[in-house]
Amino acid sequence: MSKEMIKITDLKKSFGELHVLNGVNLTIAEKEVVVIIGPSGSGKSTLLRCINYLEEPTGGSIVIDGIPLNGEANINEVRKEVGMVFQRFNLFPHMNVMENLMLAPMKVRGIKKEEAEATATKYLQKVGLLDKAHSYPDQLSGGQQQRVAIARALCMKPKALLFDEPTSALDPEMVNEVLDVMKELANEGMTMAVVTHEMGFAREVGDRVVFVDGGIIQEEGTPEELFGHPKTERCKSFLSKIL
Amino acid sequence: MDLNIDLMVNSLPLLIAGAGITVEITAMSVFLGLIIGCMVGIARLCNIKPIRYIANVYVDFIRGTPLLVQIFLVYFALPGIIGSRVDPFVAAISACSINSGAYIAEIFRAGIQSIDKGQMEAGRSLGMTWAQTMRYIIMPQAFKRIIPPLGNEFIAMLKDSSLVSVIGFEELTRRGQLIIARTYASFEIWMAVALVYLVMTFAVARFTGYLERRFDTK
Repeated sequence: MSKEMIKITDLKKSFGELHVLNGVNLTIAEKEVVVIIGPSGSGKSTLLRCINYLEEPTGGSIVIDGIPLNGEANINEVRKEVGMVFQRFNLFPHMNVMENLMLAPMKVRGIKKEEAEATATKYLQKVGLLDKAHSYPDQLSGGQQQRVAIARALCMKPKALLFDEPTSALDPEMVNEVLDVMKELANEGMTMAVVTHEMGFAREVGDRVVFVDGGIIQEEGTPEELFGHPKTERCKSFLSKIL
Repeated sequence: MDLNIDLMVNSLPLLIAGAGITVEITAMSVFLGLIIGCMVGIARLCNIKPIRYIANVYVDFIRGTPLLVQIFLVYFALPGIIGSRVDPFVAAISACSINSGAYIAEIFRAGIQSIDKGQMEAGRSLGMTWAQTMRYIIMPQAFKRIIPPLGNEFIAMLKDSSLVSVIGFEELTRRGQLIIARTYASFEIWMAVALVYLVMTFAVARFTGYLERRFDTK
């Protein structure tokens, strides 16, 4: 088995009395694409946000590339290595596309402007938006904004990328342009954890599909196993509703 | 009654000189208030309880007491504690900037809170520290939104600074009082004083509007 990139052990998260995650164990290997599915409110987004410490776990441990996450102490170190793509893009509206891409590499990695510009140009080209380098986010369509957001995450040269429902806020005709970029990344060997409702994408690109409900992993397996022969009742009933 | 226009016109140079001092107090107070307000506004959103608590007490105290009383506290009560007289100029600036700071803190807090939470998350997820995200992402966006309320605060301070006349500080209102003491022309002089204030506040309102439009179009 190849190197473990993300190792989650007995992860728990509660908001007051509300227990969202009740002991999640999940290991993602280097270059693996794991798709996390489940009904809304099941805790799948919270799970993803915990990996990046946007939510502080109540219990359990997270190890990224051998480094245990321990709160504010090393969170910035770990976040540099793990990119995140949000449902609502979260581009910086007061900066143009190029500036969005160059800010973090310069401020966090401390690289020079020319180098940041070259990296940004490379990834903009990759997502097919080089001609939008000097546009502002509100001049772009949703699909374009999300591709810029992916490029922005890539500019930090992360070891893994987390996608939190990256196509849920998009108009239907823009979903595929984003999924295509994600597919390409997967093919190039990027380690990815993707929360999505796009079952076609899960089937085609996922190495492993994880079904989360009630704050725990109910079932996991290859897309063929999980979609073809779901074992648990919960998973069967979820799949029957969406497929 | 006869309106003595000549007296009004003749008193203008003295009043305008006083207005200069009013502008000076206001500008310095709002400037210092901006520094205080920026820090206190952020402190009010801070996760560390004691810092947040102190900031809350400051804002509550200042907003809950009259500026006039605050001026008296600094000018008459403080010397008793520190054991030396406070210069009227220092007292005026201190009282006004401490006062302005509390209101500006609330403006900053509201401005920062109005920025979508996702902006902070995006900055942090890229590995930037809280401070870096504040400085490069949240503040530039918040600043644009707080220009109109800051303009209001400047106008309010321009008018409220008339209160420092009570400690004998010779700004616009005090100059008016002094001229009336000599000429007994209450109506003319207070009208002239009011007009000078109006010209100043009008100019500030227009300038704020201009800034708003400028920052709006990238």
